[in-house]
Amino acid sequence: MIGNQKARHIFLSLIRRWIFFFFAAEIVFFSITGTNYFSLKNLQNILLASTTVLLLATGETFVIITGGIDLSVGFVVGLSSVVCAKVMVDLEAAGLSQTLSISSGIIAALILGLLPGLVNGLLVANFRVPPFVATFGMYGIAYGSAEIICNNVPVHNLPTSVASMGHGYLFYWLPGKAFTFLSKPENLTRMELKDLISIIPNVTMITFLAIGVFAFILAKTKFGQHTYAIGGCTTAAERAGVNVKNHLIKVYMISSFFASLAGVMYVLRFITGRAPAGSARLLDAVVAVVIGGASLYGGTGTILGTVIGALIIGALEIGLVNLAIPTYNLHIAVGCILILAVLVDQFSPELVHRED
Amino acid sequence: MVDKKEPLLEVKRITKKFGGLTAVDNMDMQIFPGEVVGLLGDNGAGKSTLIKVISGVYHADAGEIFFKGKPVRIGNPMEALKIGIETIYQDLALAENLNVYSNIFLGREMLKKFLGLIKVLDHEYMLNESKKVLDQLEIEVPSLRNKIRTLSGGQRQAVAISRSIYWDAKFLIMDEPTAALGVVEQKKVLDLVRKLSSQGVPIIIISHQLHDVFSVADRLVIMRRGKKIAERITAKTTPDEVVGLIVGTLPGDYDNINNN
Repeated sequence: MIGNQKARHIFLSLIRRWIFFFFAAEIVFFSITGTNYFSLKNLQNILLASTTVLLLATGETFVIITGGIDLSVGFVVGLSSVVCAKVMVDLEAAGLSQTLSISSGIIAALILGLLPGLVNGLLVANFRVPPFVATFGMYGIAYGSAEIICNNVPVHNLPTSVASMGHGYLFYWLPGKAFTFLSKPENLTRMELKDLISIIPNVTMITFLAIGVFAFILAKTKFGQHTYAIGGCTTAAERAGVNVKNHLIKVYMISSFFASLAGVMYVLRFITGRAPAGSARLLDAVVAVVIGGASLYGGTGTILGTVIGALIIGALEIGLVNLAIPTYNLHIAVGCILILAVLVDQFSPELVHRED
Repeated sequence: MVDKKEPLLEVKRITKKFGGLTAVDNMDMQIFPGEVVGLLGDNGAGKSTLIKVISGVYHADAGEIFFKGKPVRIGNPMEALKIGIETIYQDLALAENLNVYSNIFLGREMLKKFLGLIKVLDHEYMLNESKKVLDQLEIEVPSLRNKIRTLSGGQRQAVAISRSIYWDAKFLIMDEPTAALGVVEQKKVLDLVRKLSSQGVPIIIISHQLHDVFSVADRLVIMRRGKKIAERITAKTTPDEVVGLIVGTLPGDYDNINNN
């Protein structure tokens, strides 16, 4: 009887973690059917292609756990990318060094990126505007402002080192000959360049560094615990002395920060700033959070789940390209996975811990 | 030991108005150590308003509150908690998505240093401390790692009570603690109330279930239209008399004083 219960417990735990198996199965499937799908280069491509979704979804996880939603992030990416690129171009034109122009652009974008979150948070927490409405308003405001800043044309002619940063890797390895950190080994022949193995894109490293820090905050700290508590029962959090208003403002600023970081990463990857840069990724980000196990009613969700959710979408996207299947099929597949995620959540019973 | 004759909590001439409505009118009440007081009255009699004034949710328009003989100002719920006045509302206010010990420690989480730098939640400590308080109150919950969502109504009530006790409640207010419970669970919660008062914690209990109140309360305070109209020692009254006082078919003790 007890053995039975234990088996049931394990079985249910596995079902609850179905996305890990789904992700693994996806990789296996495309590795068998595709060409060179399971290679370092291609797996790194999946990570790179998932950058925007990963970042947006991580910020969105915090918001969704509190029971809200942040729609503004789609265009905060664009706003941030435009500001970042514009500052870089203008400062370099004004005669500043590349390093100074680039770092100023990044810092300006990240600081300005906190503003939409601050306004969203104030509207939601202090003025009780429904999150959907407040952030949808900000969605339009961010887009319009971005278009004004860039005069309706993408920002080009960025400092040349942006490309070497954005397209750079953490390690380079020429088997048997050289192993370097951050920059390619010097004086390579054309043949050697072809054999050079690049490991961990800079963009991916920054992305996962940011995600790691906030995964820690959500899972291990008081701030994270209060985020869950607000989503579970706002009154309970209030009566327990949590400053719910301040907390919500911080949560929306986290989401906004991740959106602006995604904007900066966009500039590094594509060497341009565009107003609609991340808008197409907004829904993917929300889907990634839900696939990852968060409930749109608030109270549940983890960053690990969200990351897997985002990678499921990224792996699928690259997989379809690899098999030369038109990408509109991606939307059908993502839609099916989303519905599956919600169904599994709906019908799997709550896990009850046995006595420790 | 506090002198039995000195009230732990005393409210004097408390008045609370909402616009033209006087919800609580010139109310006096005393609670002595280790005593269970039933606060009774029909809907709208002002019980909940009075409780909310004591627990810092509302500000009284007039009157004073004394705790251990000293006047206290209770400006918000946190100040009430600091004094040791814990209130358990009917809705319990537990975060259903968090586990038992996280709820007991909600808002007052125990932290430890991680790598000597960052403060993180100390789950081990919170789990063990919660176990101690549940054992002390002889409360049985399958596991403290279970989410509140998986617990029964009575277990949730017990968790809410343990939270108050852990945080050193010197005084407990319970709003309809048995309203949403089955018969067996009602009995368990009432046993818990008796246990607490035997450990010296005075309790105000609001309930419409006269049977429950009679089984645990030492003294009854009856309100009607914001006023205290009678006070009875439970052993020296009957449910019939109390119902009469609540609905107004019997005159209150203070009717003459209040109406002059």
